[in-house]
Amino acid sequence: MKTPLLEIEDLCARVADKEIIKGFNLTINEGEVHAIMGPNGAGKSTLSHVLCGKPGYEITAGTVRYKGKNLLAMAPEERAREGIFLIMQYPVEIPGVPVTTFLKHAVNAIRQHRNEPELDTMEFIKLLREEGKKLGINPDMLKRPINVGFSGGEKKRLEALQLAVLKPQFSILDEADSGLDVDAMKVVAEAINAERTEHNAMLVITHYQRLLKDIVPDYVHIYADGHIVASGNKDLAREVEEQGYAQFLKEK
Amino acid sequence: MTTEQEKPEIADESGDKYKYGFVTDIASDTAPKGLSEDIIRLISQKKGEPDWLLERRLEAFRFWQKLKEPTWAKLSYDKIDYQDLYYYSAPKQKVAPKSLDEVDPELLKTYEKLGIPLKEQEVLSGVVAVDAVFDSVSVATTYRAKLAEKGVIFCPISEAVKEYPELVKKYLGSVVPYTDNFFAALNSAVFTDGSFVYIPKGVRCPMELSTYFRINAQNTGQFERTLIVADEGSYVSYLEGCTAPQRDENQLHAAIVEIVVLKDAEVKYSTVQNWYPGDKDGKGGVYNFVTKRAACRGANSKVSWTQVETGSAITWKYPSCILQGDNSVGEFYSVAITNNRQQADTGTKMIHLGRNTSSKIISKGISAGRSNQTYRGLVKVSPNAANARNYSQCDSLLIGPDCGSHTIPYVENRNKTAKLEHEATTSKISEEQLFYCQQRGIGEEEAVSLIVNGFCKEVMQHLPLEFAIEAAKLINISLEGSVG
Ligand SMILES: Nc1ncnc2c1ncn2[C@@H]1O[C@H](COP(=O)(O)OP(=O)(O)OP(=O)(O)O)[C@@H](O)[C@H]1O
Ligand SMILES: [Mg+2]
Repeated sequence: MKTPLLEIEDLCARVADKEIIKGFNLTINEGEVHAIMGPNGAGKSTLSHVLCGKPGYEITAGTVRYKGKNLLAMAPEERAREGIFLIMQYPVEIPGVPVTTFLKHAVNAIRQHRNEPELDTMEFIKLLREEGKKLGINPDMLKRPINVGFSGGEKKRLEALQLAVLKPQFSILDEADSGLDVDAMKVVAEAINAERTEHNAMLVITHYQRLLKDIVPDYVHIYADGHIVASGNKDLAREVEEQGYAQFLKEK
Repeated sequence: MTTEQEKPEIADESGDKYKYGFVTDIASDTAPKGLSEDIIRLISQKKGEPDWLLERRLEAFRFWQKLKEPTWAKLSYDKIDYQDLYYYSAPKQKVAPKSLDEVDPELLKTYEKLGIPLKEQEVLSGVVAVDAVFDSVSVATTYRAKLAEKGVIFCPISEAVKEYPELVKKYLGSVVPYTDNFFAALNSAVFTDGSFVYIPKGVRCPMELSTYFRINAQNTGQFERTLIVADEGSYVSYLEGCTAPQRDENQLHAAIVEIVVLKDAEVKYSTVQNWYPGDKDGKGGVYNFVTKRAACRGANSKVSWTQVETGSAITWKYPSCILQGDNSVGEFYSVAITNNRQQADTGTKMIHLGRNTSSKIISKGISAGRSNQTYRGLVKVSPNAANARNYSQCDSLLIGPDCGSHTIPYVENRNKTAKLEHEATTSKISEEQLFYCQQRGIGEEEAVSLIVNGFCKEVMQHLPLEFAIEAAKLINISLEGSVG
């Protein structure tokens, strides 16, 4: 029996008076990994933002249910506390706020929401270092202001670290692979795979098949012009890589 | 000619975020309203002052009468009626307390509520000595005996006038003369109490010294006067905290702090200013006009000002350093936060007179609500100040669309060998930053406080630890309701 985790129905959204998402449908069940591929500007990041409640987007139609609840009515932090996590395509710099401090606030906010006691600082730092080590993040980096001056690859590693520490139930990976070197791609994929369980689900946005070799998806969707134009299994990703998007766009 | 007043009123607690807004119900001995030579004579007589001091007060008063209130600051407020204020108010006590056991329990309770324990045994193993000033008088100074062992003098200035007249006479007004400015002249005429500190040659003061100022009485100006003298080769870290009850009228506070630093000595002066800021519509709040100045008189002397300004409806304050001794160093670290209708015009002056003098200015201004803030700074290098160095950094952070921030750095350089650097930034808390925090589960207010604390970190780390924690909390409280 499959339990639906996220159900998107006929979703339409616009930004700055521009229609970007145009009738998007997708159901993701617990335990599933879905990949989304699509040309630049198709609206992939927009979809991830809308799902996480980023301000500035207007939902003009459709519904999104998460664990059966109306997701669109929840504040962004509430969604995060309920287990939604987004690896951002462009992680944001926050001057003066060390990674450790930032993540401690995040972890405790989520724990509080679950009625769990706050983590002890020493315990937390130990956890962070251990997880960081797996991702090739050294302790000095944890003391630096979050994302400030981090290289593209370092930012993505740090996003993966946050995923590992916050343990979300539904993760959206918006180009988690961009900027990563070959070796880093492996460790990041490993960290993400470690979070795959029968209850957790993921939405992996990527341009390349490369990442999907490490994080093998159950389904692959082609997203163009605001909605899904084709769906299949992992072979679809290879097809795209070899032939491009032209065939999917023509079909329309 | 004194009147007695009982004050039964209770501060309005509705929607109150200012937790120090309560009023202590205590009988006080108050001089009649208004300012005149008679009132000054009365204050002087109440304090049993020597004639020389009364003469100085009267001189200052006569000078003040000729002055006009300054208007150059970027502040707008209703005209202050100086004749409509009380200039002296003291908690009534039969005799001056000889020890803490004799201090009125109501007063002790007030300080307890404020988180300032005055009973020595309650103060954490003697790391801080406290002088508590309530309206116009000092009510208690702790750890005096222990400090005296090292020769350190820490007492109310009204007592110092009598017990150490030579020191007071020599240094009082030597850094900030009454002719300095309108508010300095006013303070010199009517100052009531404050702290006096003397650190003898070669002594490292064994504990932090701290003064806690509290305005309680209604319509009463607080004019405290602090004098710190660090003799050759000595060191002291001094903390100042302030609160006032929540009242609908504005209260006037015009203080002077003078610091004298002799050869090889160092003074660290930290302030957490949390006078009542007024309500969200700008009703009430303290008018804070303060002149703070340090004179680095000897070679290799050093002074650093660290201030966290969260309170007051109006702040007018420029802690300054006169770098007279060769190789002397002046530092100014400031965080100023304004919210709602608060206005602050603050900054520093670094006056380079000696050779190889250096100064550093780190100013962080945070404006929220409909508040307005100005950084005003002066770096002056005199012709003799060879190799002077200054580094200034002024950063402003804006929260919301309705606040304002201005940076006015003046530079007067008369020596070619000087090296002066100035950096300034203005930023906003971006929607992207807030969303990033929220996406990780952090609520909006907590996110703002994280970002703001990150923004001020460079300054906060100069505060003594216990103070830094209190200051961080205050910052969060001051910004409550600034988003969403
Ligand atoms: N604030 C905005 N104002 C105007 N247009 C916007 C705004 N935000 C996004 N867009 C437009 O929406 C479209 C979709 O953008 P989005 O970032 O979702 O694309 P994407 O599929 O993630 O592309 P990429 O593969 O390049 O990351 C783009 O054409 C983009 O320019
Ligand atoms: Mg994108």
